[in-house]
Amino acid sequence: MPADEILNVSHVSKSFGELDVLKDMSLAVSRGEVVSVIGPSGSGKSTLLRVVNQLERAESGSINVCGQVLCQNDEKGHAVYADKAVLKSIRLAIGLVFQNFNLFPHYSILKNITEAPIQVLKKNREEAEGTARELLRKLGLAEKESAYPCQLSGGQQQRAAIARALAMNPQMIFFDEPTSALDPELTGEVLKVIRELAEEHMTMVVVTHEMAFASELSDRIIFMDQGVIIEEGTPAAVFASENERTRQFLQHYAKTGL
Amino acid sequence: MINYVMLSAINYPALIQYLAEGTLTVLELFFLTILLSLPLGLLVARLRMSRYKVIQLPVKLYLLIMRGTPLMLQLVFFMFFPSMVLHIPVARLPVAVFSFTINYAAYFAEIYRGSIESIPAGQQEAAYVLGLSPMQTFMRITLPQVVKRIVPAIASESMTLVKDTALASVIGVAELFKNATSLKATYASVIPFAVAAVFYLIMNSAVALFYSRVEKKMDYYKG
Repeated sequence: MPADEILNVSHVSKSFGELDVLKDMSLAVSRGEVVSVIGPSGSGKSTLLRVVNQLERAESGSINVCGQVLCQNDEKGHAVYADKAVLKSIRLAIGLVFQNFNLFPHYSILKNITEAPIQVLKKNREEAEGTARELLRKLGLAEKESAYPCQLSGGQQQRAAIARALAMNPQMIFFDEPTSALDPELTGEVLKVIRELAEEHMTMVVVTHEMAFASELSDRIIFMDQGVIIEEGTPAAVFASENERTRQFLQHYAKTGL
Repeated sequence: MINYVMLSAINYPALIQYLAEGTLTVLELFFLTILLSLPLGLLVARLRMSRYKVIQLPVKLYLLIMRGTPLMLQLVFFMFFPSMVLHIPVARLPVAVFSFTINYAAYFAEIYRGSIESIPAGQQEAAYVLGLSPMQTFMRITLPQVVKRIVPAIASESMTLVKDTALASVIGVAELFKNATSLKATYASVIPFAVAAVFYLIMNSAVALFYSRVEKKMDYYKG
């Protein structure tokens, strides 16, 4: 594993019953890199993130995060997972931002952000709240710290969810279609935040349908279909691809304007 | 001609006092049952949701028996089974509290379960990726949201419990309904029942008011 490599997914397969969602998937991400994953619905993009985040379990293959082994094949080719402590340490190394925000509705925005630093990282309240307020200011939510999620717009909720992930000081952040649940006029404010994180060289893997955004922001674009990577390269290379499936997909997006 | 309502013959202070004594017993039954069955119900709900069949099946059987047979029959069974079959003498009030508790815990368990299952999976997933333990997730993320959702259903069950305490009369607990029944015999009048009805209504008004306050208190967020 190269020195600056932060994530290595190697020959990972995952199926739900009869359906093979990930087929022999391999992917490496370097520190500071921004990788966008595009592809039609059901292509396995989200599952890829969820497997690395341990919300799903791989059936075979190996995953390495920040030099720690999440899982690797035994001699029969079945993925064997690390012990609980390692799993937790890996989980904490990666922040995940969900499509539906998944903020805790019964907590204020501030408490949403301080909950895990206090409960999991055992930070004291003052320190955690200081960090949280700093993040809220940075993400333009300074006035919203005592509001409840239901009182915020979708864009504000998603920014709060990003703040919650950042408060754990992760090594990298995964975004699972961060703007798909938002009204079109609210996607801009969320994309702006992600763009700022990219400028700060935060390592990010973004599953997205925002093609213009992916093209502008990413160091690398991965096009997935039916559980495999069809194409991988710089935005310029992928958008100028000669590959039939890639072209069809991109044309479809160009046409519908999504 | 027989006059069943003989107002002049009734000693009202004595009647009120006797019914008030019954009311105290109702309150005792009510609070003990609520206090014991609410946490027990939560435990039952968790066991019912276990992924292990060995745990799940006995809990399902318990739920079926508790909800599938008359509470009155359960009271009579727990009163007479220990003394007649096992030759262990038991007191009426503890038997009543025990029967009500395990019966109401069954209903509460299903209310908890319905509510726990209605919390979006994303809540647990968010807690999981943030590193919260399963216990922290349940106590700090799931349960507070469950409590908000169950208040209306628990309020209804609580009001039913106030009325169900009357069933304890079948095992001879001197609660409100039994005392009213004996007064009816004494005075040959339905007045004691009318007064008892008012007492039940007052208790349930308080219960309803309490829960609507709780509901309001939890109104600070939606979802």
